[in-house]
Amino acid sequence: MENYHDLLMQDIRFEEGLNACMNCGVCTAICPAAEFYNYDPRQIVDIVQSGDNNEIEKLLKSETIWYCGECMSCKTRCPRGNAPGLVIMALRGLSQDLGFFVESEKGRQQLAIKRTVGESILNTGYCVYLDGIKPELHPEQGPNWEWVYNNRSELLDRLGGNYKGDGPGILRKIPEESLEELKRIFEVTGGNKRYDRIEFYSRKKAEELDLELGEGTDNEYFKHIYKTNNGSHTK
Amino acid sequence: MNIEGKKAIWSEYQKEIADDNYFYVRSCIRQNFFPGSEVAFLKIMREELHKDVYEHPCHTTCSGIGYHGDVVPVETAMTVVARQFALMTEAGYQNYIPSCITSFGLYTEVLETWHHFPEVEKKVREQLWKATKREFVIPKNLAHASDIIFKFRKEISAKAKFKLVNKNTGEPLKVVDHIGCHYAKMFPSKGIGGAEYPYVLAGMVEEWGGKVIDYPERRHCCGFGFRQYLIQANRGFSIACSKEKFKSMQPFEPDMIITNCPGCPMFLDRWQYVINEMEGKRYGKNGEGIPVFTYEEVAGLVLGYNPWDLGLQMHQTDCEPVLDKIGIEYDPEEKHNTSIYNEKTGVHGFVNV
Repeated sequence: MENYHDLLMQDIRFEEGLNACMNCGVCTAICPAAEFYNYDPRQIVDIVQSGDNNEIEKLLKSETIWYCGECMSCKTRCPRGNAPGLVIMALRGLSQDLGFFVESEKGRQQLAIKRTVGESILNTGYCVYLDGIKPELHPEQGPNWEWVYNNRSELLDRLGGNYKGDGPGILRKIPEESLEELKRIFEVTGGNKRYDRIEFYSRKKAEELDLELGEGTDNEYFKHIYKTNNGSHTK
Repeated sequence: MNIEGKKAIWSEYQKEIADDNYFYVRSCIRQNFFPGSEVAFLKIMREELHKDVYEHPCHTTCSGIGYHGDVVPVETAMTVVARQFALMTEAGYQNYIPSCITSFGLYTEVLETWHHFPEVEKKVREQLWKATKREFVIPKNLAHASDIIFKFRKEISAKAKFKLVNKNTGEPLKVVDHIGCHYAKMFPSKGIGGAEYPYVLAGMVEEWGGKVIDYPERRHCCGFGFRQYLIQANRGFSIACSKEKFKSMQPFEPDMIITNCPGCPMFLDRWQYVINEMEGKRYGKNGEGIPVFTYEEVAGLVLGYNPWDLGLQMHQTDCEPVLDKIGIEYDPEEKHNTSIYNEKTGVHGFVNV
């Protein structure tokens, strides 16, 4: 069994985010996720600080590390200068690198984030791009969004955008050479490796759950992880 | 009163903001949901304030949403950020202004990390060189675009055609400010007023004639929470956070909400619609919605820009009640009529200015 605390120490955010926690619970008191979910950042920091390998492994496979919204309200309030939000980010990174993320419903959702935002970064140069924000997938955007989406070209012209155009400006086409540079950065710095691991472990999980996992977003496994909420996460 | 003592206490809440010559990087979210805001920002900077603002066509996302969605490793995000700095360096600029709060938070985090761990900066420089053959100088000044508008709020006020005042009663409009978590919660010294007394939006509102409402959940997250909205199954968290804020601000009868972050106005605008659909509940006075604006939109309205040039027709919660209160004239027919749009296309000539 690997020493998870040592692996966490390799993440700069873990070193930045955890000094000596005195377990006061102020982070939990201020945390929006703790208001909503069965979530207690104080407990997570306590477990990590204890160095108990078995308990840390349970955390890495748990639902609880995926509840944080990374608002970093905890960073402002901690009297010891800790940042439980950064500790969470380090735990999430390790959980994905070791393949433990697929053991929880919330963790499995990482494939959906990789295939939407993650791939958008490399394919368009934007985290999100208008063409992909389809009204049928986003009913919460309301009926006006449908009008925006259907008239996006005329609307962006009116507003002074540069929709899919060359040169600078709003929603311009990012030059191919720039996208190539992003791809090389991902290759050199471990971004592609992270993406590949998410795909690899998700595929294994899909087989275990007997759900079809094809490319993109139109397949059983993607829809399952994107929409499933077993109802046990909240208070 | 000991003025020196006061000054010493407040010094940590001040922030240096460059005067001119800015390198501007756009926001993924603002471009998609509030494109008129970035257009208005550049128009104000260039045409009203006569400042030099440069946009490099090769800049990209900072990867911030992927980073906080935890699919982009920290080393990757830092190197994407380093590439943006390299573009600034190559263009001959030193003052870096992102349009996005998530970006601003990420840039701040990266710079702080490099400050405390120089070996990390060295490694990022090597990785950037290996991947792109680029080099960079760390920005002399990092400010969010709203910091710049705050800095020049009085100059904007001097050119204003409207005030944030109810024309019928003469009373200041009651305004909720929402500054966005990553503006100052992570690094309070990097935001105007810090995390306790953020003044970046309040300063604009007060200068332009409005009155800021202080309410219990003023600092609460809007509920984006990255993965908490990106995944459909998690959106209950997102809407619950916004609802918490609406409930808390309702007794103060706000006329409008002004926002800092590109994502927050989208959530505060859309979740009002969803809550009304689900529960038949609105939180404004007389059962209306509470119009939500970006700070660029508010600056543009104050300066007398056409609301439909600012993109206010992209909001789900109607903005008209605020326009009527201020006395801003608009053509309702123009709001959603794209054939009129075609006639107006190019009126701005903002692109590539």
